[in-house]
Amino acid sequence: MQLFPKLPLAEWVEQAVDFLTDNLGPFFEALTEGIEGFVEFIVLILSSIPAVVLIAIFTGLAWWASRWTIALFTAVGLLLIQNLGYWDGTIDTLALVLSSVIISIIIGVPIGIWISQSDRSRNVITPILDFMQTMPAFVYLIPAILFFGIGVVPGIIASVIFAMPPTIRLTNLGIRQVPEDLIEAANAFGSTTNQKLFKVQLPLATPTIMAGINQSIMLALSMVVIASLVGAPGLGADVYRAVTQLRVGTGFEAGLAIVILAIVLDRISQNIGSTKQQ
Amino acid sequence: MAQSKITIRNVTKVFGKSPKQGMNLLNNGKTKQQILEETGMTVGVNKANFEVNAGEIFVIMGLSGSGKSTLVRMLNRLIDPTDGQVLIDGEDIVKLKPHQLREVRRRKMSMVFQRFALFPHRTVLNNTIYGLEVQGPDKQVQKAKALQSLKLVGLDGYENSYPKELSGGMQQRVGLARALANDPDILLMDEAFSALDPLIRKDMQNELLELQETMEKTIVFITHDLDEALRIGDRIALMKDGSIVQVGTPEEILMNPANDYVERFVEDVDLSKVLTAFNIMKRPEKMQNDRGPRVALQLMRDEGISSIYVVDKRQKLIGAVTAQDAAEAVKNNQSLEDILIHDLTTVTPDTLIVDMFEKMTGSSLPLAVVDDENRLKGIIVRGAVIGALAGDDNHINGNGVN
Ligand SMILES: Nc1ncnc2c1ncn2[C@@H]1O[C@H](COP(=O)(O)OP(=O)(O)OP(=O)(O)O)[C@@H](O)[C@H]1O
Ligand SMILES: [Mg+2]
Repeated sequence: MQLFPKLPLAEWVEQAVDFLTDNLGPFFEALTEGIEGFVEFIVLILSSIPAVVLIAIFTGLAWWASRWTIALFTAVGLLLIQNLGYWDGTIDTLALVLSSVIISIIIGVPIGIWISQSDRSRNVITPILDFMQTMPAFVYLIPAILFFGIGVVPGIIASVIFAMPPTIRLTNLGIRQVPEDLIEAANAFGSTTNQKLFKVQLPLATPTIMAGINQSIMLALSMVVIASLVGAPGLGADVYRAVTQLRVGTGFEAGLAIVILAIVLDRISQNIGSTKQQ
Repeated sequence: MAQSKITIRNVTKVFGKSPKQGMNLLNNGKTKQQILEETGMTVGVNKANFEVNAGEIFVIMGLSGSGKSTLVRMLNRLIDPTDGQVLIDGEDIVKLKPHQLREVRRRKMSMVFQRFALFPHRTVLNNTIYGLEVQGPDKQVQKAKALQSLKLVGLDGYENSYPKELSGGMQQRVGLARALANDPDILLMDEAFSALDPLIRKDMQNELLELQETMEKTIVFITHDLDEALRIGDRIALMKDGSIVQVGTPEEILMNPANDYVERFVEDVDLSKVLTAFNIMKRPEKMQNDRGPRVALQLMRDEGISSIYVVDKRQKLIGAVTAQDAAEAVKNNQSLEDILIHDLTTVTPDTLIVDMFEKMTGSSLPLAVVDDENRLKGIIVRGAVIGALAGDDNHINGNGVN
């Protein structure tokens, strides 16, 4: 039963996407190349370092950022991944996650700062963030393919859209949580808006912003399998292949590698914020 | 006129969705209460007027919610007045553009906060330097000034500590050092000592007074504590429901409360912490030290007293003799010197009653009140102290000795 004729929402969206691809083609191409270059650069660096050295670096990082148990887990976990033969996939995945997160930070932190400065901008942005997070992540793949083709770039774009909201939200929250009397003090001594931001608000918001970045890392990691659907390489692609071929063993191995990577990245990023504060 | 550092005229703050409308209602004679009931808007400060002279400590006192914080924040425009003028050195800062206002805040006035408001991520030195740092890049000079400021408040050696490592009293010293570092003319202190425990609080009050002797800043000090107001205020403004109900010296406020509100405010005051030796001393009976015991005895008989003070030609206190000793001396032909009691307990005119109790218990003679050149100004008898504490005006001197 239709009360009135179906709204052609799907058609409208498609028309809009067509319009964008027709008119902004060169822009998307340049963006694609930029991001691709960035990812390749990270992969190049990571894979030029011998696995043992990279594992040692991560272990050291975990040691510095948190406890020795986490450092031990990092060493054993990454060695296991290497032993199982998923090292190259791990590097691709790491590059994918790092690129997505770096882009999320570059875009997300300034947006977070912006919406912390006025209630009106926050009221505009917050519903968009809700939308970005509740829309099934798969859906982002479609326009991502249309604009950016097949490969790692649409995967990164979809990951950024999905992973960026926590960074924005928590940057905003962190800045707004700075106690009122400290803001008053900053104002009373004649700070400019920028001085207040960089000398008081951002330093005090850092732990909260780091928590947001940590969440973004986790969300980006949760996107790796989905990103592999559009051709992004890495552990996600291994899992995806195993699932389509019903190979339980390989699926488990690749899945385990993702879990290990997730725990390592989570523990390291979780503790950097609080370590820095001391 | 040149004396007045801060002048506020009809300064008003209405909180709420339509402050201008609130302002109109006030102009039409509505009260704070009526405006709250009719529109839901709060009148924080209602047409306040006062002048603060250069170099004085001006205390604003009132109960919680009476608008003290709002008022003091309008002096540096942390809160923008809805109406009225705030003249600093004759210049209306309400009209200033943001960059001009910043300059005033950087150079002319600093603020000390109730909960210290120190930056937790900065060391003591970096907190102290903040107000200078925002002015420009001259790090070396700034550091020297900040260190000097820390020294002034007795915190040298702590520059590299973090605020959370310090006690409350020390944290507020940092707050004070930070405010003093850019050498402002005006200090705004919003309940600066209220978060400290009583002993530390008293120390800080004394230190502020000591600092003030040499600095001669213009200080606007907010408190809800009458004792504190009376201790440190040169003049006191009393606020009620956003309005200023009385401005005057501590004595004026105590002796002539402008209305019931002020009277109720001051009726609980601990008089022993307010009244001084000067307020309760009596004219001393005294004699010159070149007379003998016979004269002493005669004087005491004439006045009906049991002891008399002995001074030299320049009125400096030398000692006292009792009637009993004088009678003995006359009989045994002793000199005045032989019976003179030298170790008298003395106080100065500004000694508080509370600080006299202990001295009184140790001596059977009345306390002698002497000035800083040891000249005898008056005496304090037990009855006067008790009478004054009981609020008996007969025992309290208006402005001279009874
Ligand atoms: N931002 C604000 N919005 C609305 N009302 C406010 C605001 N700030 C203060 N008020 C109201 O203005 C009145 C005066 O508040 P203010 O903080 O100036 O009082 P105070 O005398 O400093 O009290 P306290 O001793 O508790 O600090 C109070 O009724 C308060 O509720
Ligand atoms: Mg207050």
